[in-house]
Amino acid sequence: MDFTYDDEQQALREAVRGLVGKAYADFETRRRTVAEDPGFDEGLWQRLAEMGVLGLPFHEEDGGSGAGPVEVAIVAEEMGRVLAPEPFLTSVVLAGGLVAAAGFADQRAEVLGALSGGESVLAFAHAEPGTRWTDDATSVTATNSGDTWTLSGTKEPVPHGARADLLVVSAALPDGGTGLFLVDPTADGVTRNGYATHDGGRAARVVLDDAAGVPLGDGGDATATIATVLDIGRVMACNEAIGAMEFQLRGTTEYLKSRKQFGVTLNTFQALNFRAAEMYVSLEMAKSLTTWATMVLDAGKPDQMAVAASRAAVGVSRAGRHIGQEAIQLHGGIAMTAEYSIGSYTSHLTALDHLLGDGDHHLRVLAASVGDHEEFDPLS
Amino acid sequence: MQLELSAEDAAFREEMRTFFTTKIPQEIRDKVAERRELTKDDIVTSQRILNEHGLAVPNWPVEWGGQDWSPLRRHIWHEEMQRACVPLPLAFNASMVGPVIAQFGSQELKERFLPKTANLDIWWSQGFSEPDAGSDLASLRTTAVLDGDEFVVNGQKTWTTLGQHGDWIFNLVRTDPEAKKQRGISFLLIDMTSPGVTVRPIELIDGGHEVNEVWFEDVRVPQDNLVGELNAGWDYAKFLLGNERVGVAPVGATKRVLAQAKEYAGDQLQDPLTAARFAELENELLALELTALRVVAHSADGKPHPASSVLKLKGTELQQAVSELVVDLAGPASLASGAGDDDSDLPGWARRATPVYLNLRKASIYGGSNEIQRQIIAKTILGL
Repeated sequence: MDFTYDDEQQALREAVRGLVGKAYADFETRRRTVAEDPGFDEGLWQRLAEMGVLGLPFHEEDGGSGAGPVEVAIVAEEMGRVLAPEPFLTSVVLAGGLVAAAGFADQRAEVLGALSGGESVLAFAHAEPGTRWTDDATSVTATNSGDTWTLSGTKEPVPHGARADLLVVSAALPDGGTGLFLVDPTADGVTRNGYATHDGGRAARVVLDDAAGVPLGDGGDATATIATVLDIGRVMACNEAIGAMEFQLRGTTEYLKSRKQFGVTLNTFQALNFRAAEMYVSLEMAKSLTTWATMVLDAGKPDQMAVAASRAAVGVSRAGRHIGQEAIQLHGGIAMTAEYSIGSYTSHLTALDHLLGDGDHHLRVLAASVGDHEEFDPLS
Repeated sequence: MQLELSAEDAAFREEMRTFFTTKIPQEIRDKVAERRELTKDDIVTSQRILNEHGLAVPNWPVEWGGQDWSPLRRHIWHEEMQRACVPLPLAFNASMVGPVIAQFGSQELKERFLPKTANLDIWWSQGFSEPDAGSDLASLRTTAVLDGDEFVVNGQKTWTTLGQHGDWIFNLVRTDPEAKKQRGISFLLIDMTSPGVTVRPIELIDGGHEVNEVWFEDVRVPQDNLVGELNAGWDYAKFLLGNERVGVAPVGATKRVLAQAKEYAGDQLQDPLTAARFAELENELLALELTALRVVAHSADGKPHPASSVLKLKGTELQQAVSELVVDLAGPASLASGAGDDDSDLPGWARRATPVYLNLRKASIYGGSNEIQRQIIAKTILGL
């Protein structure tokens, strides 16, 4: 049991902070960046590639640097701290993670090499209108004629689907199960409508009409792989949220200490200080769960990953709502403005909460198995 | 970053688990499991077995029976005791007065009191709170006036937990009425059989007799019973209360009750709303347990991790929430709290559910009320 980061991990954090933290030190820069497509800074994306961040989780032979979940979590947390809009979570962790888990060696080398090098942005097209955080695909179907596959149906919302150079698409297979396919989004039969999300992110509707797809790996049922990669994504989303919540708590306490009303600073009022103290409690509890879930990924125990992801997701969902709502309330009207950063953090926390399953979704998962064990022991 | 316990710590955990489940009498552990009241004898018996094996006061200096354990091992010891339903060593002895005497007392006081305190040959009571000194402890008014080589003590203490069993009581008394309120306080040990000491029970809302008032009328106390320096008692009290906060989050015990509650629930666990309540509490307890581990892992350099103040606050809230869940699981059976075993067909746990729930309302009040904890977080951690 050891909760400390080693020197290399500290150095990684400093490096990411030095690049991303510096780039978005002024919130106005982020505002300007997300105001125009593609909704992130392509130049910064290149510099992240040069730093090795975009290939962090992938094997060296696939063009990555072979780092583990703890390193990926550090990046996610630092991105969250400044609300960096670059698609690290959706492109690298999710779409890239699927290619790494399901692709053949030559697919991995080509796709992940381009992703790691910053030459290609990936998107995972999985959600379908009417579904809620499932592991499988239903309305998008895959049909084969010999070795040639085509996909039809609608995927939405697809994070960064309009900007993506390559789509990883989940589709129901003719004989049951869900397969994964690489789809060139500029090919015939693919129509994309991109739009901004409430937090300045980007998503798209992707309509497939007999669009050509190349099976990822052997093209068999990939539901279990999707589930695992989604769980990894959940834990990384939690880490990103921790960075955002830490910023919100610090911003809120600074504001309470400096903002004057009735001739005194707001921290004169115990009613407000106690609410900030409760935010701290929520943050620490969520941080404990998130750090632990990251270590479960790191320990590589697949049977425990799903439970750990759900447990962290419940805790972070609860904390994110509490801290996000209180941060706005304790600031007052200023936090309602787009110009001031605090409220946008709440918007992003809300987006993260609903990207891969909100608190109630994961609580439902946990509640279904709560009778299967006497107590839950994180140390065994 | 590493999740698992080291092989040595895992072995230590196994050793503790085996000891607690084989050496402490089953009937005592059953009582704890069934949330029945322990007798004085149960508590004494259990602590003496622990002490015989060096497991009663591991947080003390080694020369007085302590163990040279890492904070993690101390945590494991504490959790495994709760998990095995072993009554914890009497806090007044093991976590409060013992460490104060060991740290600040004279050699004579140490020799006279520490071995008997560890072995529970002396049952200590705590004389801190007064009717007008609750969270504002330093406003206490019990006086000790030097007369020759004796103090003469007058005043009233209250909320003296298990004072009916007390042999001795450690008191905060005012020895300099002129000084600023924190500076005129001393830490005095008083034999409860001294003439002028009266213990009166306070009946609580759960129907039990757990706390008392203790009155002092011209009680003569030898000057030798002063711990440390005259008028330095507030520093010793702060030291004591700091120790108190560490073990005050009963993670293991609350987890155990929640696990038992699943058995109590039976078919109710099929109800999605009930199952969700269990799942949410279980998850919050996991977060608390992990927070405790973070605190333990980071306090190796002697400085407590700032998150330690979360433990008391959240730990007691969850302890209370689990007791509330048990009342709801008992449902109408919870009304039968006054029935003896022969008078009722309803299960004992259900009959005891509400008294336990009512009793545990104390948890967010004692040991520095949760409002005090929020104040500590706001001021010390957030700088507000």
